[in-house]
Amino acid sequence: MRRYDAVKAIAECLRDEYVFACNGLISRELFAIKDRPRNFYMLGSMGLASAIGLGASLAKPNEKIVILAGDGNILMSLGTLATIGKISPKNLIHIVLDNECHESTGGQETASSITRLDIIAASSGFANSKYADSTDMLKEVLTKFLRFEGPSFVHVKVDKKRVEVPRVSLAPPEIKERFMKEFLKR
Amino acid sequence: MNHKEFCSLLKKNNLDFCTGVPCSILSSIITYMSGSAEFTYIPATREDEAIGIAVGAYMGGKRPVVLMQNSGLGTSINALTSLVLLYQTPLLLIISWRGYQGKDAPEHLFMGKYMIDFLKIMKIPAEILEKDVLEEQLMRASRIMEEQKIPVALILKKGVIE
Repeated sequence: MRRYDAVKAIAECLRDEYVFACNGLISRELFAIKDRPRNFYMLGSMGLASAIGLGASLAKPNEKIVILAGDGNILMSLGTLATIGKISPKNLIHIVLDNECHESTGGQETASSITRLDIIAASSGFANSKYADSTDMLKEVLTKFLRFEGPSFVHVKVDKKRVEVPRVSLAPPEIKERFMKEFLKR
Repeated sequence: MNHKEFCSLLKKNNLDFCTGVPCSILSSIITYMSGSAEFTYIPATREDEAIGIAVGAYMGGKRPVVLMQNSGLGTSINALTSLVLLYQTPLLLIISWRGYQGKDAPEHLFMGKYMIDFLKIMKIPAEILEKDVLEEQLMRASRIMEEQKIPVALILKKGVIE
């Protein structure tokens, strides 16, 4: 499964959830496939998508928060999985699109060919954790987890194939303001 | 001033969503927050993680506070520049000053010397907290972060808050 198709499958499952997408191609692909005010594109601060999503989930416990990160991002801050597991917000779903490399910077290998991220999440205290390697599996798991009490984790194995997508064309303050306008409505 | 009085000043300014990594100088404040129903305190594994949590909470309507030792400022530079400053996010940093005047354990001496300069280079306003004017300093920081949508740092030396 190409990561682009995984992002597309995730976008098809989304209704009124708030999404925090990590830096690099994941934000760009989500922006290209389904831009919406409820998406927050993290352009810099690699490694912090999980933390930002956690903070948002605690401030708004009645909204569903989806974090979209890559293996590079999550390996940079595995400690945040421990923090999430300990705090255990019920409204948080953490998805990792794992292509075992830093694709945005030229495909340099990461450790996730060895590291079982789904097991790390489960042993950190996530209520649900599943592995998926096809779009059908991903959609099935995500649809379920969107109904379940979390925190939930989906470890998605994807190919290294890159699809050309444009950069996020919004200015960072605009991304934030647009997101907050929706997020603070209720 | 004692830690309870300091915390009620934070509360008075709606600064009640707190996260961070402990330091002995911040110990009484963090212990108090963790046990108080008036505060949310989220223990982070790293200081930049705390900043990420704070930014997320801000987007959800909170006025967040990050507590850290100055060693954590080093860890936080990218989070401050490529997240907090980039997205124009208000944030209160409470940073303890280890290595003040070169009198501390060796691991604190370099950051103790450079901390104020690091903040200056990033144009993050910083106030060194003083017992007698602490309330004004806090109010000013709270106002500046909101009006200018920037992070503001309050620097805490040993002995200023018991």
